[in-house]
Amino acid sequence: MSANPPPVEFLRVTDLHAFYGESHILHGMDFRVNRGEVVTLLGRNGSGRTTTLKAILGLVGKRTGSVMVNGRETVGMPPHKIVQLGIGYCPEERGIFASLSAEENLTLLPPVGSGGMSVDELYAMFPNLKERRKSPGSRLSGGEQQMLAMARILRVGARLLLLDEITEGLAPVIVQALGRAVRTLKEKGFTVVLVEQNFRFASKLADRHYVVEHGRIVDTFAHDELERSMDKLQSYLGV
Amino acid sequence: MQALFGQLLVGLINGSFYALLSLGLSIIFGLVNVVNFAHGAMYMTGAFFAWIGLSSLGIGYWPTLLLSPLAVGLLGVVVERTMLRRLYQLDNLYGLLFTFGLTLIVEGLFHHQYGNSGNSFPVPEALQGGSNLGFMYLPRYRAWVVLVSLAVCFASWFFIERTKLGAYLRAGTENPRLLQAFGVNVPLMMTLTFGFGVALAGFAGVMAAPIYQVTPSMGSGLIIVVFAVVVIGGMGSILGSIVTGIGLGLVEGLTKYLYPQAAATVVFAIMAVVLLIRPAGLFGREK
Repeated sequence: MSANPPPVEFLRVTDLHAFYGESHILHGMDFRVNRGEVVTLLGRNGSGRTTTLKAILGLVGKRTGSVMVNGRETVGMPPHKIVQLGIGYCPEERGIFASLSAEENLTLLPPVGSGGMSVDELYAMFPNLKERRKSPGSRLSGGEQQMLAMARILRVGARLLLLDEITEGLAPVIVQALGRAVRTLKEKGFTVVLVEQNFRFASKLADRHYVVEHGRIVDTFAHDELERSMDKLQSYLGV
Repeated sequence: MQALFGQLLVGLINGSFYALLSLGLSIIFGLVNVVNFAHGAMYMTGAFFAWIGLSSLGIGYWPTLLLSPLAVGLLGVVVERTMLRRLYQLDNLYGLLFTFGLTLIVEGLFHHQYGNSGNSFPVPEALQGGSNLGFMYLPRYRAWVVLVSLAVCFASWFFIERTKLGAYLRAGTENPRLLQAFGVNVPLMMTLTFGFGVALAGFAGVMAAPIYQVTPSMGSGLIIVVFAVVVIGGMGSILGSIVTGIGLGLVEGLTKYLYPQAAATVVFAIMAVVLLIRPAGLFGREK
């Protein structure tokens, strides 16, 4: 048994409120993620999980409260500066640029940290992308787009990954491949915030689960509490 | 025959200016999402800077070809930074109104200072004269305008379609918020793009100065046709702007030969037909 090093906080969200125009979406989110942890935000559709990721990146109309990334306060910073603290974002709609080829999409993003994976390593991880590298982004299948959306943020040296619904609408075999990819990333020490509808997928990967309802965190479960808390969780998620 | 080729040459020259101007408009509309009504005024400003530079500072054509577009581009950067940028969160219409107002002010200032009569700008010595091609007489300066415009258009296309910075521009045109969420300084890109777009207009203005009279209203007549070109080519399409610009110039020239009365309207007739058949323009993508 080796002694675990004390956890280092990578992301701390405190009393975060977010607004789109007049609508108030987040009502005081509070959670934290330690370096090397994988956490999920669980909740029903419209509970504010996607908005939480967007609010961390400064992509909402207005936000108040505090979002500390690697010890730096980011409320008030423009999105490109926040991301440069080492964040990789995989949006729900995947965000592959249609007018760029797969390889242009892959190599587009500027580095946000050191130690990013090389294009060759990424092609080894996602062999389909290599075959399709000349294809325009609009011609890729859903699975290929999702792998590309993951691969491009691994190239830039991000250490905190915000992954929004990466399994949505994909075939089981691709979901399994993505699960393996996330596990590999965890082993490599990446910090991951996962927004997931697919609870079975998330339950196997995450260290901690936050339950989001009406724009705030209403409960937390550690990975090993999951089994005996299933009833409670089911009532939250209504599955 | 002489008359036909003569008109086609005029058409080709006009087409070169249409292409340069609609290219800038298209790039600006694509990324910054502003319909830049001040584009004609920037073209005029480019021509005036050249004329003022020559008449009061003695700056010749060649240095002006670089300096005047730079000055116009700088003007664009200042306008974007201090004013235009505040309108991005609002409806598109505000950007259009703002640039329209800016046009009135800029044209008014030049009018007030220099009056409405045309000022002529001499053709540079190295490009004077011309050659007889047998079927037509080709003035050297006009050949130069066509060649340089084509070269600038091709270089811009290459830059946008084939380089890394161009990939940023294409990605930003699709989804600027997302591009910024990947760590790209999109606000700076918008400033530089606006500056580059209006610098192209200024460049066209300098090129035009020895051909047309330099007057405060020289841009407003041209810009109407250029908007038609952009609509026909497809808003935001780079290749569409270039091909349509030159193509429509030629069509105009041909119409002048075949049926001169329709020369001024043929572009708008084509625009109406294109809008009926392909509302997004010939090269545009449906959104």
